[in-house]
Amino acid sequence: MQHVSPVREPLVTGGKTYHDVTQDICRQVEAKPNIRWMAALSVALFFLGVFFYSVYRTLWYGIGEWGLNKTVGWAWDITNFVWWVGIGHAGTLISAVLLLFRQKWRSSINRAAEAMTIFAVICAAMFPVLHMGRPWLAYWVFPLQNTFGSLWVNFNSPLLWDVFAISTYFTVSLVFWYTGLVPDFATIRDRAKGPIAKVAYSLLSFGWKGSAKHWSRYETVSLILAGVSTPLVLSVHTIVSMDFATSVVPGWHTTIFPPYFVAGAIFSGFAMVLTLMLITRVVFKLEDYITLEHIALMNKIMMVTGSIVGVAYITEFFIAWYSQVEFEQYAFINRATGPYWWAYASMMTCNVITPQLVWFRRVRYSIPLTFILSIIVNIGMWFERFVIIVTSLHRDYLPSSWVMFSPSIIDIGIYVGTLGLFFTLFLLFAKFFPVVNMAEVKTILKYTVDNGPTYTGVHGHHEQAHQPATHGVPASAPVNYNKHE
Amino acid sequence: MSKRFALGIFEDEDVLLHAIENVREAGVKIYEVFSPFPVHGIDDALGIERSRLPIAAFFLGMTGLAFALWLQIYTLGFDWPMIIGGKPHIALPAFIPVAFELTVFFTCHGMVITFYTISNLYPRWKTPVLDVRSTDDKFVMAIEMNEKTDLNRLTQLLRANGASEVNEKEMTKF
Repeated sequence: MQHVSPVREPLVTGGKTYHDVTQDICRQVEAKPNIRWMAALSVALFFLGVFFYSVYRTLWYGIGEWGLNKTVGWAWDITNFVWWVGIGHAGTLISAVLLLFRQKWRSSINRAAEAMTIFAVICAAMFPVLHMGRPWLAYWVFPLQNTFGSLWVNFNSPLLWDVFAISTYFTVSLVFWYTGLVPDFATIRDRAKGPIAKVAYSLLSFGWKGSAKHWSRYETVSLILAGVSTPLVLSVHTIVSMDFATSVVPGWHTTIFPPYFVAGAIFSGFAMVLTLMLITRVVFKLEDYITLEHIALMNKIMMVTGSIVGVAYITEFFIAWYSQVEFEQYAFINRATGPYWWAYASMMTCNVITPQLVWFRRVRYSIPLTFILSIIVNIGMWFERFVIIVTSLHRDYLPSSWVMFSPSIIDIGIYVGTLGLFFTLFLLFAKFFPVVNMAEVKTILKYTVDNGPTYTGVHGHHEQAHQPATHGVPASAPVNYNKHE
Repeated sequence: MSKRFALGIFEDEDVLLHAIENVREAGVKIYEVFSPFPVHGIDDALGIERSRLPIAAFFLGMTGLAFALWLQIYTLGFDWPMIIGGKPHIALPAFIPVAFELTVFFTCHGMVITFYTISNLYPRWKTPVLDVRSTDDKFVMAIEMNEKTDLNRLTQLLRANGASEVNEKEMTKF
């Protein structure tokens, strides 16, 4: 019965049974919130307050509150937008792409990664809406009937493609995540003690009973959702990159942008997944589910995508030289040696050089080093977006309009505030929802535990268990129906 | 209308699969099997037909594609044509991204709504379950009983096939 692979490490350690899985994952949902969680939530809520204040200032006084000027029309707002969307992509990648590739190790981390996707996209969506200047007219981006001579939206514009991409991505991720949650809600519902929890989880679980027919459909739905999410996740960041690539600004006018942005998105997304997972596994004692093996595997993906990004940086330079367009060449030379050289240097150091440390086994399997690495990558990817946007804009064709950009306190407040929003949502999720997909972990349990589940029941087929109390009725007995309670 | 069930409780999915085959061979109709996670091979054992959801998904996706193309061609090509960036009114290459996104949108949401509808899943205040352990670590085989059913024989059959317990349960609304 027990499948032991000589090559692969077990995905779930500690010799868990199915019941142990339920217990371990439901523990923090059913327990009273502990002091560490409360402390973390307080900090997150403080930054959420910062976010609301910054948004209030932006809405009340207008975009003048930000550090933008005539030359640099996009800066921190779009930087943060692209950075957050990128972070969101790892969740879909873990849940959809790895499902298609039949990677069983995704089971322990996909739930939290998908939650991260949802929250990151919520944070990302704040920025395009806020930077409109008149966010109360945000519905103008949808092709609605109107009285402006029936002025439709411009379907030729990448910014509108973005609207469709982000809204599709958000809603699809949401239903994918929720559909995965339904069976786990049912588990919590059936264990719930309190009246409020019973009703709440009953509502959330949609009346899921786990019947074979439902499971069969559920798996079909998951597979198709994964199938459509995979091209979707690639298309979203492709379209985000087209916001830049379809323009003629030197430094943006690049055909390599779509794959390069997607690789960067996966890179930063996995960094954020690692950051969150390393904390989550300790706080909720999930070391047996999110093992060192998982961390090493995610590290490897981070290294590969980081290397792809590194190649893209070099390719950009090569193509700038090869094109013989002096504006293009200047844009890149200015990036590396101009007034923003420090941003470029940080980006290069954080994104290209540090991930190469993962080649060392000791780094891959070390928790503190991985944690530091993931933070560094997040910073590096933020700088990458910043470098692409600001350095390309701040010196355009007219030297008379060359300026520098400096963020205002509100710029910083909104950015730090979205971090607060993100962590508030994630902490609430971690408390009230199952952090690990119980049903999926149970599916892989039998083939990946180090010493299989021990059964109290029978171990073979046709094997007689202990005699039932009512045994002794001859098999050919006339139909009688006796209750024996 | 209350229904009475005999519930065979199993501890292991492989035992369950064999039990399903043997119970069906014995001519007993299995009402439904409840499990905490999808058991591979259970569809064949129970004779559940392959879900036709993929077909639905395909047509929903085509609907989305048609809608997206119609929307863009009608609005920019016929209803209020404008020259934008020197492109023709109906610039199909520029319409691809939105067409793709809406295809995915319709596929996904249409299919998920279909799934919840046909499975009769919707938020409800109370969820009656036959055995609360079926969402934790037990596999429950439910067999509907009528006044002709011989529970003892059924119990024997289930026990012989590895059920750790056999219980009786009456459900009013199920």
